[in-house]
Amino acid sequence: MTATARRYAIVGALGLALALLPLVATDFFVDATLTRALILGLAASSLIFLHAYGGMTSLAQTLMFGVAAFMVGNFSVSEAGSKGLKLGLDPWLSVLLALLVTVVVALLFGAVASRTTEIYYLMLTLVYAVIGFNFFGQVTTFSGFGGITGIDPPELFRLTTEAGQQADGRRIYYLILVLSLVAYLALKGLSRTPFGIALQGVRDDPVRMASLGFNVPAIRTIAFTLCGVVAGVAGVVFAWWNGAIAPQTIGLAPTIDLLIIAVIGGISYLEGAWLGSIVFVMAGTYLRNLPLIDQIGLTEERFNTVVGLLVLLIMVASPEGLTGIAQRIRGQRPARPDDFSAAGSPEPTQTEQADA
Amino acid sequence: MSTDVAPARSLSPTKAQLIIGVPVALVLAWVLFFATGTSAGPAIKEPGDFLVTMLDGITLAALLFVVASGFTLIFGLMRTVNMAHGSLFLLAAFAAIELQKLMVGKERNIAAEDVSLAAWLVPLLVGGLVATLVGVLMHQLFLKWNQGEDLRQALITVAISVILADQMLANFGGLATTMVWPGPVVHFIDIFGSRYATSRLFMAAVAIVIGVALWLWLTKTRMGMIVRAGVDDQDMVRALGIRIQVAFAVVFAVGAFLAGLGGVMGASFAGAAVGATDGAWLLNSLVVVIIGGLGSVKGAAAGALLFGLAQSFAPAYLPTQYSFYSVIATFVLLAAVLVVRPNGLYGKAS
Repeated sequence: MTATARRYAIVGALGLALALLPLVATDFFVDATLTRALILGLAASSLIFLHAYGGMTSLAQTLMFGVAAFMVGNFSVSEAGSKGLKLGLDPWLSVLLALLVTVVVALLFGAVASRTTEIYYLMLTLVYAVIGFNFFGQVTTFSGFGGITGIDPPELFRLTTEAGQQADGRRIYYLILVLSLVAYLALKGLSRTPFGIALQGVRDDPVRMASLGFNVPAIRTIAFTLCGVVAGVAGVVFAWWNGAIAPQTIGLAPTIDLLIIAVIGGISYLEGAWLGSIVFVMAGTYLRNLPLIDQIGLTEERFNTVVGLLVLLIMVASPEGLTGIAQRIRGQRPARPDDFSAAGSPEPTQTEQADA
Repeated sequence: MSTDVAPARSLSPTKAQLIIGVPVALVLAWVLFFATGTSAGPAIKEPGDFLVTMLDGITLAALLFVVASGFTLIFGLMRTVNMAHGSLFLLAAFAAIELQKLMVGKERNIAAEDVSLAAWLVPLLVGGLVATLVGVLMHQLFLKWNQGEDLRQALITVAISVILADQMLANFGGLATTMVWPGPVVHFIDIFGSRYATSRLFMAAVAIVIGVALWLWLTKTRMGMIVRAGVDDQDMVRALGIRIQVAFAVVFAVGAFLAGLGGVMGASFAGAAVGATDGAWLLNSLVVVIIGGLGSVKGAAAGALLFGLAQSFAPAYLPTQYSFYSVIATFVLLAAVLVVRPNGLYGKAS
């Protein structure tokens, strides 16, 4: 079996396991832990794709997540007490319009950032993220500091039916699971299209790509926009799942959290997004239950210290994160062990495989 | 590295002049003559408000420069993006606030009259030194050995900033606290009928003293010369047999010291709170250096001035019912600069 086939087999098995898990797990575990983890994983996958295939380490993914979530809220909510535009549109139409707004915003932000890469991209997109946070915090037309509440998903995913009966709360879990798998396959597939190859060319040598006649800023802008939509879809599901969206959800700390999720999972591997998010959310939920944790003064209130130490450890010991460690244990060469500063190429190219 | 790709060159000078000149002229005309319905009013009718807004912008710019110059020095020489710059800022602020409480001998409700000039200046220096100590430790323990891996370094500093923020939350609490200005500088002066706090002018004066000292250090001393040479061409400095590791350590210390000094001044002028102040000042540093050009101290000065003025003028001169849109001014400024000069005002294509 080739490495790629094995990889898909592992992902397929994990997907199946996640699909069957609700049959045995508690409601709390499925709803509070796994659903949240998968939503964050979907958002993190867009960050990882941009980093691994485009050489653009974007911290604006949380913002795109937020733009879509806020827009769904603005378009679909109609209650008098709520904030925002209160247009009261159909939930599905709201999703379409929200993603449209996300595309426009992503095109604009992506175009402005399209001539920078790597560490500059990181800095500029971090600025975007905070501008977005301040925007939704201050502009009461769209949200204001308290955020938008009372966002209802379409009938299919509601917790209570019109008649007030309890519906299956796990539908939204299956929704995000399916969306995650679709996004994984789509992003993998995208990387093999002519556009995806061109994007990787832009990552490795933008000057050469430009001299070959490729429009480098346009390729970067399009990649940013596509990933903005992926993050936006995660945002929509979050708004449905949470029923509300507030600026604090897309502030600096959540923005850094998404980067941390990607780093824990392995910022050069698409699978790492969901791996990292599951570890991150589980740690946040269950760390307090571990024995000895109180004795060293690390209660759940000091969760961030633990996470910070974990990231520090990963960065010092193995910058490829958990996926990279897993590959190493299986005896495979991690994608680019000695060249982390350049964006890692997740799939070794033909020549690299021949060398190895 | 920033790649100034062939099809995306800087615009030609005349085109750039038009793109910059026309909006600037429009904004000036608006501020001077037409800005009715704004909180400040047209400058020819309300010169006091105009001057106050201008002073607000300039004094903020002075503080922005102190903080951002530390960030840009570190990046310019080592290409290390210190994402913990805001945490060092906040750490120095807390250290200074604690020391000020000790020196004044009061735990709370410190009034400006209680604070002598020394009870502000000594904490200023000590706060700066605390930031320096942590910065140097950070550099020596975590950053020295992976020099050149810029993303890895950035993520290491992210991790450190997360840990520092959490520990500060544990030790100093989540409530906003403030450093108290010394009594002798707290007065109000009259500018065309508008009151203006002299403490802000004092802050600007301190910042200017720091800026001048930094300039003298960079231009007149041997170490400053090595630093400037290192920013320009690190390989040549190495080839000349100069121990650049020493310069790295010194610059990291100076950069952290500047963040610390800025932190104490910032805490006196706007207070300090975990999770808000540190993030805000990391962001401020980023905006200033992206506008000014990464690694350029001159750029940090220009960027600080532009950003400071944008932050004070936007809320004052937008129509009152739209003044909350002033947050977009930062993005507009960034976008305008990056479209004309992708590497910032004084940045080099690398």
